[in-house]
Amino acid sequence: MFSLADQLLVLVLLINFISLGTSRLIFSIRAVAVQGVILGILPGLMHPFSWHLVGITIVIIAVKGFVIPMLLSRAVRSAEIKREFEPFLGYVPTLLLGAIFAALSFGFAGKLPMLPEHQYYMFVPASIATLMTGFLVLTTRRKAISQVIGYLVMENGIFIFGLLLADAMPIMVEAGALLDLLVGTFVMGIVMNQISREFSSLDTSLLTSLKEE
Amino acid sequence: MNLSLQGIYDPALVALIAAVALGCSGIPGLILQKTGIGQIIAAVTSILAGLAGVTAALQMLFSNTTTTYQLQWNLPFGSCELVIDPFSAFFLLPVFLVSAAASLFAVGYWPAAEHRTTERGLTFFSGLLASSMAILLTARNGVFFIMVWEVMALSAYFLLVTEHEREEVRRAGIVYLIATHIGTAALFVFFSLLAAETGSFTLPAAGSLSALSPSAAIMALAAFIGFGAKAGIMPFHVWLPSAHANAPSHVSAVMSGVMLKMGLYGIFRTLTFFHDPPLLWGAILTVCGITSALLGITFAVAQRDMKRLLACSSIENIGIITTGLGVSMLGLSSHNTTLMYLGMTGALLHILNHSLFKPLLFLGSGVIIHATGTREMNLMGGLGKGMPRVAAFFFIGTVAICGIPPLNGFVSEFLLYLGFFRQIKEVSLVSLVLLAPLLALVGGLAVVAFTKLYSSVFLGTPRIPSTAHPHEAGMTMLVPMAVFAMLCLLIGVVPQQALRLVSPAIEAIYPEMISTDVSAEFGAILWRLSQASLLLLSAVVVAALLWKWRMGKNLVSITSTWGCGYQRRTSRMQYNGSSFSELAVSVFNGIMRQRVERPDLDGLFPVRSRCIDAPTETLLERLIAPLFNGAGILFVFLHRLQHGLMQVYMLYIFATLFILMLWAN
Repeated sequence: MFSLADQLLVLVLLINFISLGTSRLIFSIRAVAVQGVILGILPGLMHPFSWHLVGITIVIIAVKGFVIPMLLSRAVRSAEIKREFEPFLGYVPTLLLGAIFAALSFGFAGKLPMLPEHQYYMFVPASIATLMTGFLVLTTRRKAISQVIGYLVMENGIFIFGLLLADAMPIMVEAGALLDLLVGTFVMGIVMNQISREFSSLDTSLLTSLKEE
Repeated sequence: MNLSLQGIYDPALVALIAAVALGCSGIPGLILQKTGIGQIIAAVTSILAGLAGVTAALQMLFSNTTTTYQLQWNLPFGSCELVIDPFSAFFLLPVFLVSAAASLFAVGYWPAAEHRTTERGLTFFSGLLASSMAILLTARNGVFFIMVWEVMALSAYFLLVTEHEREEVRRAGIVYLIATHIGTAALFVFFSLLAAETGSFTLPAAGSLSALSPSAAIMALAAFIGFGAKAGIMPFHVWLPSAHANAPSHVSAVMSGVMLKMGLYGIFRTLTFFHDPPLLWGAILTVCGITSALLGITFAVAQRDMKRLLACSSIENIGIITTGLGVSMLGLSSHNTTLMYLGMTGALLHILNHSLFKPLLFLGSGVIIHATGTREMNLMGGLGKGMPRVAAFFFIGTVAICGIPPLNGFVSEFLLYLGFFRQIKEVSLVSLVLLAPLLALVGGLAVVAFTKLYSSVFLGTPRIPSTAHPHEAGMTMLVPMAVFAMLCLLIGVVPQQALRLVSPAIEAIYPEMISTDVSAEFGAILWRLSQASLLLLSAVVVAALLWKWRMGKNLVSITSTWGCGYQRRTSRMQYNGSSFSELAVSVFNGIMRQRVERPDLDGLFPVRSRCIDAPTETLLERLIAPLFNGAGILFVFLHRLQHGLMQVYMLYIFATLFILMLWAN
């Protein structure tokens, strides 16, 4: 079953590049939703069947694949923005950087001391690469919605890492992570609302005017 | 989180449940739409939890049991034990008692109907503060301890800034926040070193560490700074006066009556980890203690703000307790059983006593502020006629805090005096005798400070019209005060019973301190003291009755109090607080540095002029504020890192992560 998981992880990596390379927000959101669904399936492939697992899978798929993307697309529609204009760094350079980081993360993961059963699988490099992608999105994009997408991708990276940590993650940790995500989305939602009301734009770089002199 | 139960019924579980219930007491108020219900639910919950908790703590003290629970947590810091031994149980008493009383008082003092915006938060954080303090006393894992400690410190902060629309309150809040976090930083050092020493975050057993290693000295110092900052021992007291003065009064009662004791608890508990502490530790504690006591009460004498006076007197009392602890440590180092017994008993008993009379006084000050709308003592006067019951309870509190028999404050100070005087006959540490006059000086100044407080507030005639017609407080405010006043009297009259509370607590941490002949000897002394107190009390009652009888018979001429026999007197002729304490303050002017503006009076009819006496915070204004300003100038370049651009902040995190990964490679 682990080899299937590996193939899914390749898909996750590809989706990372989509979210780095596209300027259309709706497309990016959908890509991240698909990534969320894949991540929801992964624990089922790695651990034996239990009702606990089923519950986790359903909740993860529901939250990552449907609830948060739906909230985001609604925000996109209500703000009437379709594209991310003028990012701090162009799409081609970000894609290149993403590729470099992915390669680096494979190199880095190879040097980590790991359990023998995890040694030859892609969990750690995929996790680090996804985390880096999240960071890239966060640092290079202007729009508040892109920021939320960045957070989502980053959280996905952390989630992949978490898959390795325990046989079945303690429920507290899962609940905590999901709650974090939801709260993060809400906070960003509020930030988005406030920015768009205050500056009639969703450009986060306008927040500099709040800086303490 | 589930608690694995080890016994069938035990008071420890009751105490833990009560602690959790306290923490949850404010939650309904946050959810419910209708104002006022939440506060009543919180008060009822707190009172029930308080009753259950006090009963449980008493049971644990009297049965002398230690109960251990294991908290199941998924954090990588080792096992998290919750242990309630008699020593923790002793500290639990004030936590439950004062928080229950304060929550009842809040119903009358901070009614939801008048304070719609602030009441919910206040109620919630009051519960959280009480709960975190109770759980803190049971925590035996360093990491868990710091977590609970932070919950406590932050809830206190939110309580303190309840009236954050006032500049003064915000400033007090910032000073408190900085002070408490400097303390927490020291605690991080302490617990990390402790973990490095023992190999786990579980707090070590009593007497398991050597006090002579160099790391022990650093640990002790870090703990002293960290816990001392919370307790308000000099020189870490700077946050205390403004914080206590600016919080709502029932919060000040909890902060002063209980939260300061958590710092002391930390110091006591830390000292138990080490066996054979060097003489230096006891000496440092004693010197810091007596300095706090003396300077604290000096500052108190000079204050014009009623609550600031009470706060400064908290520094004094914490100083007395620390002195007791220091003396006890000196006794421990020099193997002097009597000295360590008397020091420890005096210190612990004073902790209990202070957590009875100080909340009483703070609640009383709350009633007064409620009635007059000011904290300035020089503007009050004559309130005793309008609110006789409050005046009576307040009077009991002031007598108790001055250490005058037959009230409880006397008992603990008496034990300390006994300890000092015993040293005359000893071979070593004879110089401890010198502490006796110092403590006497502290007591004398306390009398000055509280005479000033009581007389300028309750006696005389009103000084400004708005304070002329005070109304008696409602039952919700009077009942908590009455409870504290009764307990103060009770401990003063039967001190040997209070000793029964203290002995198991001492036995739990220093079994060698309790020997039967010593405790029997002092039990007998306290029994005699009890008889003397009873005699004194009955004499007072008889005298009062006689006086009343005589007053009833004769014609009483009605004139204004302190009218000096003038026909056309004004209320401004009275001595006010500042003029009363002027002489005492002028003696200490080197330390106090009063800000005085006095006009030159000449001629037969001097022109109208003003006279101002304002006490200053010497340490804060002369030393610490310039230090922070200097640091601000030094670190101005850090401002450049603050762009306001979220993406750049992300880049910082990203860069850090990247460098760490490269480094790990």
